Amino acid sequence: MSSPRWDIVVVGGGPAGIAAAVRAAETGASVLLVDDNPSLGGQIWRGAEDNSSLRVARSWRERLKRSPAQVLRGFRIFDQPVPGVLLAESAESVREIPHSRLIICTGGRECFLPFPGWTLPNVMGAGGLEAMVKSGVPVAGKSVVVAGTGPLLLPVAAYLRKRGARVRLIAEQASRAAMLRFATAFASQPQKGVQAIGLMWQLVGVPYRLGCWPVEAKGAGKVRAVVLQQGGRRFEVECDYLACGFHLVPNTELAALLGCELRDGAVWVDDAQQTSVPNVYCAGEPTGIGGVDLALVEGQIAALAATDKPREAQQLHQLRARHRAFAAALQRAFALREELRKLPCPDTLLCRCEDVTFHRVAKCQSWREAKLHTRCGMGPCQGRVCGAAVEFLLRWNIESVRPPLFEVRVESIAIELTVGPTPQVSQGAEG
Amino acid sequence: MPEIIHVSVNGIAVAVESGTTVAAAVLQCGISSFRRSVTGEPRGPLCGMGICFECRVTVDRLAHAKSCQTLCTPGMEITTDE
Ligand SMILES: Cc1cc2nc3c(=O)[nH]c(=O)nc-3n(C[C@H](O)[C@H](O)[C@H](O)COP(=O)(O)OP(=O)(O)OC[C@H]3O[C@@H](n4cnc5c(N)ncnc54)[C@H](O)[C@@H]3O)c2cc1C
Ligand code: FES
Repeated sequence: MSSPRWDIVVVGGGPAGIAAAVRAAETGASVLLVDDNPSLGGQIWRGAEDNSSLRVARSWRERLKRSPAQVLRGFRIFDQPVPGVLLAESAESVREIPHSRLIICTGGRECFLPFPGWTLPNVMGAGGLEAMVKSGVPVAGKSVVVAGTGPLLLPVAAYLRKRGARVRLIAEQASRAAMLRFATAFASQPQKGVQAIGLMWQLVGVPYRLGCWPVEAKGAGKVRAVVLQQGGRRFEVECDYLACGFHLVPNTELAALLGCELRDGAVWVDDAQQTSVPNVYCAGEPTGIGGVDLALVEGQIAALAATDKPREAQQLHQLRARHRAFAAALQRAFALREELRKLPCPDTLLCRCEDVTFHRVAKCQSWREAKLHTRCGMGPCQGRVCGAAVEFLLRWNIESVRPPLFEVRVESIAIELTVGPTPQVSQGAEG
Repeated sequence: MPEIIHVSVNGIAVAVESGTTVAAAVLQCGISSFRRSVTGEPRGPLCGMGICFECRVTVDRLAHAKSCQTLCTPGMEITTDE
């Protein structure tokens, strides 16, 4: 039996993907939204009963339910065997998904940097620990240090505290000067200023240090304490969990696999959110880390453009420009400081999948050579963790992606297609 | 009221709320080491979102299940540290 050819397929069910699916389906197009998690919402809305963006999240979810868009949960896109057909795998099965146009909303992930002890159990990402707590990990009474960089640290700390954790310290590597400059960006976004003040209020009494970063996690079998550096001084804080992330990086793998052009580690898009590949659009974090508000606007613009509603799409351009300006200020404020390039010691593991030390990788001339000689980045995460670290630490370019995008079962690779490639879609104009 | 379901972690019965991930069930038991790395180090979840593969455990005899993206189901048998 061959599958129907969808007018629009949206990959990724975070804010960008939900907004895109809603707006596209509301025009009458047939729309399929695919996400690899058991529930929709992406990194911010998933399981978020007590999130500050609750109202926005609920209204989009309801709009999605009312719309005729179909949703496929628990399926991960891993390949495009022919143009216009994607392959998706779940825990039990594999499906082919033929479509005319595609909107990539694969979101972002946390950037992790290696330092001695970072592989100890209970050292997690900042967003990582938050996600774990949202899915049922109890932290009441546990000591937590939140460290790294980015706008995520404060909401994560506030959330953990609300769940009963004892947040011992929030350590932000960005300097005080950078943060003050950033504060002026709030002037154009008063709503965000209010949110920030609200967060600070929830965190009253929690030490918050700027220009401070973790240099070592200590413990046997799991983390027991973290050593931090601020100025020339080092000090130790005991903790049950270290929640440590260095802001986010875009998930560009699917776009790269499809041949979309990347610039500065993000998917390049035109004004209509179309990538360099015709009929492939992209919205949200893959086009550059911008946060939930930007993701929502970009998702809508992509959907309207992909359903030939350029005028409606254009009405959102101004809003997008405003959120993009804010995102740019954010990137400047939380740029990683030089000292962090010295975080790993020679024997610190860089690749956690294959247990390859930083020293062995740093001896190589390129990512390709490191992969060949050390197996760095060749394990199941396929470089998603160590790749971003290497780009920063060694200033290497992490090139080309090969299918499958994720480790899949043998039978998934061997699937015989029942549909052919999508015939060239004409670019119809509106009205 | 969320429904309570029963699973086992390393042979020990555990009651969790429905919607709990396998990773959360393991941590609820006080276990931090989910798997052994290729050189034998203990490892646990890092990303919480399905990209790092550090949270792999055996679920119903199926090895290498990503526990952060798998929900507990009644009677599930979870084994860590393999
Ligand atoms: C761990 C983490 C925690 C965060 N916590 C907060 C917070 O507390 N507050 C805040 O304001 N912002 C937070 N953010 C940032 C926020 O999530 C983003 O700004 C926002 O979600 C962007 O929306 P998006 O739709 O672009 O991407 P996402 O929300 O990331 O959604 C992308 C979705 O696509 C899915 N996906 C990716 N690849 C595939 C594939 N190949 N096949 C199928 N599905 C796929 C992903 O699993 C995900 O569900 C967090 C980010 C991360 C990474
Ligand atoms: S914690 Fe990273 S894949 Fe589960």
